[in-house]
Amino acid sequence: MSEIVVTHVPHKRSIPFGQEAVGALSIIALGAIGYFLYPDDLAFLTRLIGIAFLVLSLDLVTGYCGVATLGHAAQFGVGAYAAGIACVRGITDPVALLAVGVFAGTIMGLISGALITRFRGLPQLVLSIAVGQLVAALANKLSWLTGGSDGLSGITPGKVFGIFNFDMYSRTAFLFSLGVLVIVFVLLQRFVRSPFGLMCRGIKDDDLRARMIGVSIYPRLVVMYGVAGAVAGIGGALTAISTGVVGLDSVSFERSAEVLVMLVLGGAGHLWGALAGTVIFMIFEHIVAAANPFHWMTLVGLLLILIVVFAPRGLIEPVLSLASRFKRKGEAA
Amino acid sequence: MTNLLEARGVSCSFGGLHVTRDVNFKLTAGDRVALIGPNGAGKTTLVNLITGDIAPSEGQFFMGGDEITGLSIPDRVRRGLVRTFQTTRLFANLTVADNVALAIMQRKRITRRFFSSSTELPEVRAEWSEILSHLGLAKLAYRKVVELAYGQQRLIELAIGLALHPKVLLLDEPAAGVPHDEAPKILEAINRLPSDIAVLMIEHDMDLVFKFARRVLVLAAGRLIFEGSPDEVTADHEVRRAYLGSYADARRAT
Repeated sequence: MSEIVVTHVPHKRSIPFGQEAVGALSIIALGAIGYFLYPDDLAFLTRLIGIAFLVLSLDLVTGYCGVATLGHAAQFGVGAYAAGIACVRGITDPVALLAVGVFAGTIMGLISGALITRFRGLPQLVLSIAVGQLVAALANKLSWLTGGSDGLSGITPGKVFGIFNFDMYSRTAFLFSLGVLVIVFVLLQRFVRSPFGLMCRGIKDDDLRARMIGVSIYPRLVVMYGVAGAVAGIGGALTAISTGVVGLDSVSFERSAEVLVMLVLGGAGHLWGALAGTVIFMIFEHIVAAANPFHWMTLVGLLLILIVVFAPRGLIEPVLSLASRFKRKGEAA
Repeated sequence: MTNLLEARGVSCSFGGLHVTRDVNFKLTAGDRVALIGPNGAGKTTLVNLITGDIAPSEGQFFMGGDEITGLSIPDRVRRGLVRTFQTTRLFANLTVADNVALAIMQRKRITRRFFSSSTELPEVRAEWSEILSHLGLAKLAYRKVVELAYGQQRLIELAIGLALHPKVLLLDEPAAGVPHDEAPKILEAINRLPSDIAVLMIEHDMDLVFKFARRVLVLAAGRLIFEGSPDEVTADHEVRRAYLGSYADARRAT
């Protein structure tokens, strides 16, 4: 037998924590633009950040694991209600309220995941809708706890770190939300590249192959749902804290469907896609709804059709392929 | 010598159709066995039965004396029962390195880590880098699998199999669809497998079978009709009638 020459694969050139630094700085830069150029829109931008958590959360299960769901608002809403109820009952520290949201979201995520990921395809989708509707119905029926259709109001959180008061211009709320987003986004960037995250992408690609390398799929998907629940719970808690109310819309089917649209718009399977989708959709909706209150839905529909036709894998995909072509050219040179 | 894998009276039927009938065989350490038979003989079904993809209607499987008939696919893999697929099943949207790294990380039980970077972990990297280099895939490490030629994808199937450190390796037509000039690479990789593992290969390419196997099992209509050395198989009348046909005659004539 001939001797085989072992040529080891050269290391990929990368700066340690480079991606995380880019992620954190980009979000801070975008936040700064919002803060200084649009000081009158901070309440809207804060709401946008809250929804961004939900879209990121959906990306974890749909984009990274291939789970089809139209009930993801449940995790967000449960986090929002839990933080809101805790605040009304006396826990007013914003960081503690976030923790409440994370905890509630995680539990909701684990429960949903345990049910939904047992199945695949259409049954899975139907089950996700059912779970979402169940949570929405509970939020409506338990009105002594949730305020029912009037919504839960009277949420007045204390000062952030005991120093910064929530002001009527939403400055504190915006900066607080932005800070949390930076931290969560960086953690998620590590998470999706971790062995666990990579395995989830493998499961999405081919679950039989995954089982054939010895992976038990179900427990992993449930854990992933738990993580996604935590992220959505943060978004819910932030929204409750910054707006002071939690309504039935936060657990609604429309909310679930809308965030799925945002994710597809931006590009599922990429954290940047989730973020881009949220920013573009919500800003477009905000501007168009203000300019033309009667036909804005039509315009949003047209935008979606255009994007699905011309960039079926989301707006982030052309950007990424351009970037990788650029990189390859650089390596060849 | 301990049996790495044993099938006892395994049968499988879908409705009234008997796909596998009373199959018995043993694989011991160092075995190199080819499973041959005409199309529709139930070869892939037998592999699916062994791996736990489908459950037998009768009979049992054992690994090293322990019964594995009721175990799930992942449990069997963890015991060292590994297969490759007839049509490649890979993580198509991941890189070649990621594909092999996942198998390594799963074997090492580190896929539950949440915040360490994965493919570039030093202990994982050293291993996939070596496997890919041995198979001549080093240059493709950071390419997505879906971008690669079919022959290269077949080699990645093998790379994943190797990364799992199998005790029993089932190769379902490893050379199917591989361009002729790349087939020797597959055989070379198979010949370099650790000598103490048992390998069962399904293959249509009789040249490959005779180069690889020290023992041949012949399956026809779900039944094992013959077991013997490659030369005995070509000499056997029944096997020739059932399967080999002109190939055996041609071989004799030369």
